[in-house]
Amino acid sequence: MSLSLPASIADAEPVRSIRTPARLDYEFTAGQATSQFLRGVKNKKLIGGGCPVCGKVYVPPRGSCAVDGVPTTEQVDVADRGTVTTFCVVNVQFYGQGVEVPYVCATIQLDGADLGLFAMVQEMPYDQVRIGLRVEAVWVDDDELDTTLENIKYFRPTGEPDVEVKQNIQ
Amino acid sequence: MSRDVAVVATAQSVHQRRVEGLNEVEMLMPVLTDVKAKAGLDQSEIGFTCSGSTDYLAGQAFSFVMTLDGVGAFPPISESHVEMDGAWALYEAWVKLQIGEIDTALVYGYGKSSPGSVRDVLSRQLDPYYVGPLWPDAVALAALQARAALDAGVVTEEAMAEVAARSRQVAATNPNAQLTSSADAAALLTEDYLVEPLRLHDLPPISDGAVAVILAAGDKAREINDRPAWITGIDHRIEAHQLGVRDLTSSPSTKLAAERAGVGNGSVEIAEIHAPFTHQELILRDALGLGDDVEINPSGGALAANTLMAAGLVRIAEAADRISSGDADRAVAHATSGPCLQQNLVCVLEVTS
Repeated sequence: MSLSLPASIADAEPVRSIRTPARLDYEFTAGQATSQFLRGVKNKKLIGGGCPVCGKVYVPPRGSCAVDGVPTTEQVDVADRGTVTTFCVVNVQFYGQGVEVPYVCATIQLDGADLGLFAMVQEMPYDQVRIGLRVEAVWVDDDELDTTLENIKYFRPTGEPDVEVKQNIQ
Repeated sequence: MSRDVAVVATAQSVHQRRVEGLNEVEMLMPVLTDVKAKAGLDQSEIGFTCSGSTDYLAGQAFSFVMTLDGVGAFPPISESHVEMDGAWALYEAWVKLQIGEIDTALVYGYGKSSPGSVRDVLSRQLDPYYVGPLWPDAVALAALQARAALDAGVVTEEAMAEVAARSRQVAATNPNAQLTSSADAAALLTEDYLVEPLRLHDLPPISDGAVAVILAAGDKAREINDRPAWITGIDHRIEAHQLGVRDLTSSPSTKLAAERAGVGNGSVEIAEIHAPFTHQELILRDALGLGDDVEINPSGGALAANTLMAAGLVRIAEAADRISSGDADRAVAHATSGPCLQQNLVCVLEVTS
């Protein structure tokens, strides 16, 4: 479809895009379960949410069991070490990344948890990371601890023998 | 030739200005548990689940995916979501039930408006080229509509104050209501304007909360509830996005939806109208064709609790509750969405299918 323009703007450059910046500020509520988890993290403790029906332990907890649809009312201490259940090698540099490529992002099932935590694996060449690798958390210095998962800088190999990974298939 | 479908159970949270310390799924879960218990169903017995919410309220990306955890969505369930009030989720579930492959559906809507500035958040639903960049807030747009309606003689400030007074007085009988008041219209009219021609009493409260209902078809509905609230008509219509091309002093989309839903096919005892602003109730009563003998918003309506993305579905739940309790045999529920009553849904509920 062609538009017929008045002669006065017939030669004008077409507008191909406009910018309409938008900003909204929110006061985020983490919720009961996540707040408890983050308070634990400040003391280098990982506290999962346990389902009172099926016993699954969620780390980090979001407050509900996705299987049973009930609040995860049990507070369960889990270890700051676990097993790589899957991983990927990131080769793409992007703005704000803060890490040299290539690096490894992994799903780590902490000992005592039933779901994986997403984190980086370092202190090992990227092409040696594997499913079944045993890893432990490397925490920031004690004076930098806060209510954030950034307290864990990354996970590194423990040197323990690999374990067989049973994927979470129901 | 529609299949007989009824509301058989409802549940609501107490609507509050600010639900402290809970995230959305934590706020919603007790309502889901409650409605399923009332219907005597667990998630595996529910054929379809549909929700209404928006990420913009709490500023939480994919919030409906997180709240699905509260349903118990594993093993995988048949599910859908609308970025609209839960009333439209109910419409989708009703259509799904018409197909005949399932007999039950869970519908819910929730909103946590307290984390942000809801007046500004709502401006993001405006067209992004001409109106959105001007950031007209939701109260200003409602005032624009009220001004046009006053000027056209469709409403008066006295009638608007009567709506506010009646809504907040009757809300005292609703345990889930957020805002109640014994003030009469004459007292309200002595107050200063907030956004002229609107006074504070013309505005809804800002609310956090949730609502859920169970729909069931045919014999399944009769099995669950002795007095199901049968949906004998339901329709929704939308008007243009651009405010400038609409007649803001009437609601043609409500009028058409009411005709298609068959509001006029029988006498209406109770109407639950989703009118966040006082002048909108007056416009909607006219568009719905309701006589003076109809009891309007016995719950207090959106002026007593206005949980965004839930307040429309709350109207259907409130109307259905009054059918099931025996208070009424025929009721109308209405839901609105968008600025200045842009989109409207009308649902007729009756004791007999």
